[in-house]
Amino acid sequence: MDSANLDQIIEQHRGKPGDLIHVLMEVQHQNHWLPRDVLHQIAEALNIPFSRVLRIATLYKTFSLTPKGRNEVHVCTGISCHLRGANKLLDAVERATGIKPGETDAGWRFTLDTGSCLGSCSIGPEIIVNGTHHARMTPAKVEDVLKEYQ
Amino acid sequence: MTRLNSAAELEQLRAGILSSRDPAKPCIAVCAGAACHGLDSVRVAQAFQAEVAKLGPGAGLEVRVTGCHGYCEKGPNVVVDPEGICYFEVKPEDVPEIIACTLKKEVVERLVYAHPDTGERAVHIGEVPFYKHQMRLLIGDNTRIDPMRIDDYLALGGYGALAKALFQMTPGQVLDEVKKANLRGRGGGGFPAGLKWETAKNAPGKDKYVIVNAHEGEPGAFMDRALFTGNPHKVLEGLIIGAYAIGSHRGFIYTRHDSPQLICHIEQALAQAEEYGLLGENILGSGFDFRVEVHYDVGIFVSGESSALMRSIEGNPPEPRPKYIRTSVAGIWDRPSNLNNVETWANVPQIISRGADWYRGIGTEGSKGTKLVSLSGNVVNSGVVEVPMGTPLRTIVYDIGGGIPGGKAAKAVHFGGPMGGSIPANLIDAPLDFDELAKLGAPIGAGGLLVMDEDTDMVDVARYFLEFLTNESCGKCVPCREGMRQTLKVLTNITKGKGREGDIARLEDLNDVTGAACLCALGRTASDPLKSMLRYFKVEYETQIARGSEGRSGNAAGSAAT
Ligand SMILES: Cc1cc2nc3c(=O)[nH]c(=O)nc-3n(C[C@H](O)[C@H](O)[C@H](O)COP(=O)(O)O)c2cc1C
Ligand code: SF4
Ligand code: FES
Ligand code: FES
Repeated sequence: MDSANLDQIIEQHRGKPGDLIHVLMEVQHQNHWLPRDVLHQIAEALNIPFSRVLRIATLYKTFSLTPKGRNEVHVCTGISCHLRGANKLLDAVERATGIKPGETDAGWRFTLDTGSCLGSCSIGPEIIVNGTHHARMTPAKVEDVLKEYQ
Repeated sequence: MTRLNSAAELEQLRAGILSSRDPAKPCIAVCAGAACHGLDSVRVAQAFQAEVAKLGPGAGLEVRVTGCHGYCEKGPNVVVDPEGICYFEVKPEDVPEIIACTLKKEVVERLVYAHPDTGERAVHIGEVPFYKHQMRLLIGDNTRIDPMRIDDYLALGGYGALAKALFQMTPGQVLDEVKKANLRGRGGGGFPAGLKWETAKNAPGKDKYVIVNAHEGEPGAFMDRALFTGNPHKVLEGLIIGAYAIGSHRGFIYTRHDSPQLICHIEQALAQAEEYGLLGENILGSGFDFRVEVHYDVGIFVSGESSALMRSIEGNPPEPRPKYIRTSVAGIWDRPSNLNNVETWANVPQIISRGADWYRGIGTEGSKGTKLVSLSGNVVNSGVVEVPMGTPLRTIVYDIGGGIPGGKAAKAVHFGGPMGGSIPANLIDAPLDFDELAKLGAPIGAGGLLVMDEDTDMVDVARYFLEFLTNESCGKCVPCREGMRQTLKVLTNITKGKGREGDIARLEDLNDVTGAACLCALGRTASDPLKSMLRYFKVEYETQIARGSEGRSGNAAGSAAT
């Protein structure tokens, strides 16, 4: 992510403290995590104490204060996927990647996350890699799917 | 686009849209809803568009990319209008054949519904078992609407109810109609919308707000997104009518940040409505002003709770406030704020255009209209279902849902997610009704219906929901935070075969404590799933606990070694 782009996002909201969550969201979407110096920059631009920016950034699960791997793997652990075997699927993903939810591997290849229902329960259990859904997954299919993401 | 300055101009525009369309011309609706999208419906839609482009301007058919059709299980879904021919599990390779057959007025037999046992086919939407038993007043338009085009909504009579409210009714009359219809909130509580509107309307103060709750945080619930993504103007029209009744000039849509398609459709809908003068200053020349802004949740469940949601809109952390501060009187920035769920708002236009008497004719004594249900879990046909209130759950699970996969038996159905409850399969003839289901211990909640088969471990289900809520609690009240943690510990031990005698009494004690002293409904109702389990599935709990106690006494050395 080049910083000119980030600057542009932040500048659009200069002087509007009410836009804090919007800005954090846009930066998160673009950059996939919120570096500390960017949070400082946001605090300054929106005229909000840094402590408050940090509070919001840590409170919401969507915001990440640590960098992510090249591929974001998301296993849905919502109730419907759970009833259809999401925990076995998660085990298989953990085995294949060698990491647990919330972690990133040493080679920065994968970051693993779990999350509740994404609204596509009918095709669960599923894993989502970089936004692409892999529907009706079984533990046996995990290796093959993840192979595609280097 | 031209700005409309009167109801007559709206009708003129509508007439123009309709006359430019040939109702007999085939229109192929490709679903791009969440489930179909996950099944790569994008490629199917692209294939259709490419084929039609090849045919050129005289193609003789149209393609429309739409929101969720309902039968998500069998996606990617395609419906060919005007006949309503349904094709299921469509792949890009199938597209040329569908187009060729459609032009010849033929049906692609291999892609229509075939009954899994009898092989009997069903071609039209009204014959497919999944759709046949439904009454799709709200979601049914989804196949006929490209959510990015306001004209599609106008072609179906859209914004007619708004014009009627603005020019033929006073705000008081609109309110009375909604009260008379006995429209009850679809977001969880079933609270009468009219009474809530009235409180906000009568509250002192000039600035009043109306809000759409499109947070949809209940796991296993996806109908709000299906409706709002697929038909954003229906919700918006309801909201504007509500604002007029209440006397509000500023509205908010609070929705999920993680559904890019939903956000895009909402923003487009707002922009197009504004261009036509259906939103903004002097709506349709009536003198009524109303603006709407969009706010995003950032992924925590409690931010769907009314007071937390309002804090979040203010830009503050979403912590609930004590219930004695009523948000209808003192909500966003302490101004009167009326919050309703997506589906609640979507019901408003039809109540105004068709009247409260018509609406009251659907449903039961206490629960009127239809209800959207997200049907999922161990069921053959999951998807978004809309049935009249009062429909027996059996109809939903078996006739519509096709029963339990793998020839298994149903064990329970669960409503209301982590704040709801489970009832055993032998109560499946219970009607879909706010009060009846609440009495049985499975309140409808937002409308997520989970079917659980005979293999489901009911201790694990209660543990699952509690774990979910433990992670979602804002931590402000001790009984919520600590009570849930203790309960979770006991349940987790039981599922691990480490149950102890007296666990049930311990759980019951904890339930009593957490229920009483919490600030918001999350804490107060967190124990509801467990309560329903102890009411109907106690034996299963006792068996699992006994297994744990035995395991320990008989095999102490073994368990110590693991
Ligand atoms: C923890 C919690 C989460 C909630 N989440 C939602 C939600 O995602 N969507 C919703 O419409 N209502 C939700 N509610 C209910 C709202 O507080 C509120 O009652 C509802 O939006 C009012 O709309 P209605 O009267 O039209 O149902 C939630 C309540 C609680 C306690
Ligand atoms: S009951 Fe739980 S979620 Fe609700 S305010 Fe208290 S701690 Fe927060
Ligand atoms: S539970 Fe996985 S998408 Fe709903
Ligand atoms: S998402 Fe396509 S039918 Fe529901």
